Amino acid sequence: MARAATTQRKIVVTTAAWIVGLLIFFPILWTILTSFKTEGDAIAFPPSLFPPHWTLENYFEVQSRSDYFRHFVNSVVISIGSTVLALLIAVPAAWAMAFSPTPKTRDIMMWMLSTKMMPAVGVLVPIYLIFRTLGLLDNVWGLMVILMLMNLPIVVWMLYTYFKEIPVDILEAARMDGATLGKELVYVLVPMAVPGIASTMLLNVILAWNEAFWTLNLTAARAAPLTAFIASYSSPEGLFWAKLSAASTLAIAPILVLGWISQKQLVRGLTFGAVK
Amino acid sequence: MGSIQLQHVNKSFGTHAVIPDASLEIKDGEFVVFVGPSGCGKSTLLRLIAGLEDTTSGQILLDGQDMTAAAPAKRQLAMVFQSYALYPHMTVAQNIGFPLKMAGMDKAAIDAKVKEAAGVLNLTSYLDRRPRNLSGGQRQRVAIGRAIVREPKAFLFDEPLSNLDAALRVNMRLEISELHHQLKTTMVYVTHDQVEAMTMADRIVVLNAGNIEQFGTPMELYRTPANRFVAGFIGSPKMNFVDGAEAAKHGAFAIGVRPEHMAVNKDSGLWRGTVGVAEHLGSDTFLHVNVDGLGLMTVRAEGEKQLHHGDVVWLTPDPSRIYRFDKDGQALAAA
Repeated sequence: MARAATTQRKIVVTTAAWIVGLLIFFPILWTILTSFKTEGDAIAFPPSLFPPHWTLENYFEVQSRSDYFRHFVNSVVISIGSTVLALLIAVPAAWAMAFSPTPKTRDIMMWMLSTKMMPAVGVLVPIYLIFRTLGLLDNVWGLMVILMLMNLPIVVWMLYTYFKEIPVDILEAARMDGATLGKELVYVLVPMAVPGIASTMLLNVILAWNEAFWTLNLTAARAAPLTAFIASYSSPEGLFWAKLSAASTLAIAPILVLGWISQKQLVRGLTFGAVK
Repeated sequence: MGSIQLQHVNKSFGTHAVIPDASLEIKDGEFVVFVGPSGCGKSTLLRLIAGLEDTTSGQILLDGQDMTAAAPAKRQLAMVFQSYALYPHMTVAQNIGFPLKMAGMDKAAIDAKVKEAAGVLNLTSYLDRRPRNLSGGQRQRVAIGRAIVREPKAFLFDEPLSNLDAALRVNMRLEISELHHQLKTTMVYVTHDQVEAMTMADRIVVLNAGNIEQFGTPMELYRTPANRFVAGFIGSPKMNFVDGAEAAKHGAFAIGVRPEHMAVNKDSGLWRGTVGVAEHLGSDTFLHVNVDGLGLMTVRAEGEKQLHHGDVVWLTPDPSRIYRFDKDGQALAAA
């Protein structure tokens, strides 16, 4: 009886999980399938899930019309660059908060997180003006800095959660063994927190890769990443759904593959500390 | 050389003084044990010496040099933690060699020193393992190995045996004592276990609520406790205390008699009582006796004394071994 109930439960839960998973994945699947349709098929009504006439034409056209590779390189540079910058600042910050907290540490952390609740558009004008004055518009360095700042609260929070799991005794042992603060971080803290740092890096790369608000508003051509490349396919003359889908597929493919390969690590990172 | 001096050391967290005012002088090569109940400040005192906590006021001198503000790394002390605190991502060899690497020693010299330490501690065949693949005792030995390779001025032990099982604890206790005889380096050892304190120490510091109650050799503490707290804390089973009229007969507020300083007789004696629980250990028998008008007392009788629950016995304290205390708990001179 109990066994039957468990099996039934399993079937219900698994079916529900598949339905939710497919619902979430459906827009991506639709985009990928549309990218293989002709423009005519893409806007046909009623729509068909699978392309009636499979074609790679959209991909060739997208590549010939705009330089995919240049945008791809910009995306890579911006997302990895902003992640490295964020880690350089967040590792010492999270160390201080986890191992040398003051009575106000908790408040500072909440305040940091609260900045994520503010709509980005609220600071667009001042930041745009600052960037213009500093000559950082349409510049990968400028984007790296702004994306690093946007994601920094999350990076600090995630690392803090990881570092809290490391026994303080071990860091004190390193201090007794003659390690300076820098060596304590490099030889003891960072190697012990590698899984946490890796999943934080991964999440930050994904967030930076997908970021559209700042990349669209602060770039024009030179520093434009893949988000701008997709946006360039929505034009005043109308939407070319099939080409837009091909561009989107090309833009999300690298991060999709990266996410797929590292999903275990990512899930572990995001749920770390939730269950002891 | 490794002498340690504390001069009026105070450690407060906000308005709460964990260590109100501690002064202490540990001689070079001495094995000193800090003992006291949980929360008495013994670990804090050790961490102040290590430099892992900052003093609020007072001075800490190492070999006569003021090290109060020096970083832990600069004090040339080694510490063994209760949790072992091994680096989980390093092998045993890397763990032991870590302090030497931090000191900038070259690789060949580190290898030689690590091998030597591993030899002393019977760890040679485990050098390539990681801490998670070692037993508790082996981990503790690695922690000790990491401490001895750098030849520190003094070793600090923070309850190093409390995570081990009873049998292993006795073994490790002997090993640490043996190590002290070999190295002749100053050792400061924190424990809440008075048996560890009595068996290992050259001198013992008894702490209570952050105050040093007494500092002396194990036998001094046993024979001439400075106050009621030390008298009760040192010795196992605990000293029996009696106050009121019986104490007044001895001209004191309270008197204390150790379980081993009372004679047990079935027919006659000073205090009459009934045996509650009799613990037969073979070598000794501990009797918990309800003494008429005085309360529960523990008595050590000969091992094979056949006394049981409900038996009536007479207890007679050895008059020369009665400790007298005033109303503040301070010891009074022998009557």
